[in-house]
Amino acid sequence: MDAILFLIFAAIAVGCAINLVRQTHPIASAISLIGVMCSLAVLYLLLGAEFIAAAQVIVYAGAIMVLFIFVIMLLNAGAEPARGKSWVAPLLGLPALVALAALLAYFLFRSMPGSPAVRFGDFTLGGPRPVGEALFTKYLLPFEVTSALILIAILGAVVLARKELD
Amino acid sequence: MNFYLVSLIKTAVVAAALMTSLAYLQWIERKVLAHIQLRMGPYRVGPHGLLQPLADVIKLLTKEDLIPAHVNKALYLLAPFLGVAVALTAIAVIPFGPKVEIFGVETYLQLTDLNIGVLFLLALSGLGVYAIALAGWSSNNKYSLLGGLRSSAQMISYELPLAFAIASPLLLLNTLSLRAIAESQSGFSYGFLPNWSIFQGPFPQLLAFAVFLVAAFAETNRLPFDLPEAENELVAGFHTEYSSMKFALFFMSEYCNMITMCALGTHLFLGGWNPPLPPGWLVVKSIPCLIFLSAAAVLFFHASQAARGRKWDRYTYPVFGLAALALAIIFLIPPLQPVLHPIFWFVAKTGLLLFLFIWVRGTLPRFRYDQLMRFAWGRLFPVSLVNLFATALLVALFK
Repeated sequence: MDAILFLIFAAIAVGCAINLVRQTHPIASAISLIGVMCSLAVLYLLLGAEFIAAAQVIVYAGAIMVLFIFVIMLLNAGAEPARGKSWVAPLLGLPALVALAALLAYFLFRSMPGSPAVRFGDFTLGGPRPVGEALFTKYLLPFEVTSALILIAILGAVVLARKELD
Repeated sequence: MNFYLVSLIKTAVVAAALMTSLAYLQWIERKVLAHIQLRMGPYRVGPHGLLQPLADVIKLLTKEDLIPAHVNKALYLLAPFLGVAVALTAIAVIPFGPKVEIFGVETYLQLTDLNIGVLFLLALSGLGVYAIALAGWSSNNKYSLLGGLRSSAQMISYELPLAFAIASPLLLLNTLSLRAIAESQSGFSYGFLPNWSIFQGPFPQLLAFAVFLVAAFAETNRLPFDLPEAENELVAGFHTEYSSMKFALFFMSEYCNMITMCALGTHLFLGGWNPPLPPGWLVVKSIPCLIFLSAAAVLFFHASQAARGRKWDRYTYPVFGLAALALAIIFLIPPLQPVLHPIFWFVAKTGLLLFLFIWVRGTLPRFRYDQLMRFAWGRLFPVSLVNLFATALLVALFK
């Protein structure tokens, strides 16, 4: 059951990702990205990470992508005109893509040998309580440093935007 | 096998109850609004317009289903279904009562309990924005687009105070599962004050409840925050180009979101299905019965008056009076009480909140758009943030 669900949602994620690149209209691409994120959330859920799954949908699908769509709608961006496509690109690109994926898989496999295969239902520390405990005890410093980093980024964005206005 | 059968029965019951309450919520809203404005409201179809929802459904189903030529067809069709699917899914995690035994089968009065129940509802409400934004955009109409833009900006803005207002009682209750939230608010302090989170120490969540209600109005696009469908500016906003059943789906999702928000508020702040008075007091057991008895008394009194309304009121008043009387008697039967009383209190609290939604709609005028945004970021957001910090500090010090 878990394996079937995994295959279904993995296929949806990959299909949406390909559609994201192939679409010419920004709104269609953004919606494909939402599809990718929601199916990733289901994959997290299958692996037992409920909190991460909920956070994925709330933050990525619910907040960030709404902003994306809002901006696209506000700019009223239309479909990109199809410029004269070169026939060389798919001819060279597709084999190159396959080769790159194979190389990546090979090196990942080489660098991490002997790790046991993932089994669904083994991991039970994905609830809000274990995640919170880990964040505020073991990983407190990285967590706080990340927050400071995001704060600095926000301040930077505000400063840059203000300069534009003057 | 037993589990699947019980789940199937529960799903069927909840779906039927939800659909009926969706239809009749609209009837109640029209009636209440009409009485606020000194009108009669729906009165022609059936006794006191009681069959009006049925007539509306038939009307909407048989209307011509137009798809304008200039729309982006895929997204135009996707938007209403997305909205209603997200809205209906939310009811799956809402509990209606504690563990009960019906015909020897022990079950929870809830479809499913997630340990991230509250987050699940937040995630669904985040996805619900897309239905409105995409409907506005794909209609390819400037009024629809403006409605969609307004709604996405408004819902992002009000999601923050809403999330903070939800987080504050969670600090007191210490769980994200809605069932555990309701269970942990049972009991009474000082012998009479219910342990609901709006009364619970160390920091009663009255402020959070107020912020939650305001943000819930905005999240469900209700007056005074219904800018996405402001009729006098935007025709009908994001659903201008929708007709027939697709239009009805938007309405269904709006009312369903209202019910979910009110149920969430009931569980987070008003103690879920727990009664407001200690069990030692005799009144608690008889309150539902007394309410239905008084309803029956009012109906019988009207039946005895000379026929002022339509001529079949002579029969409908006694019939509904008898129905209320039967309900009052059912609530007195001891073996049914552990099942019916929690449901009664849950429905009563949720119904009160829903009435508040309708009452506010009949009372307050619409905000202007800049006022709406300034209110969210300048007032509601700081208040909810301060409330969250105060709660966190007091919980850390005293709990």
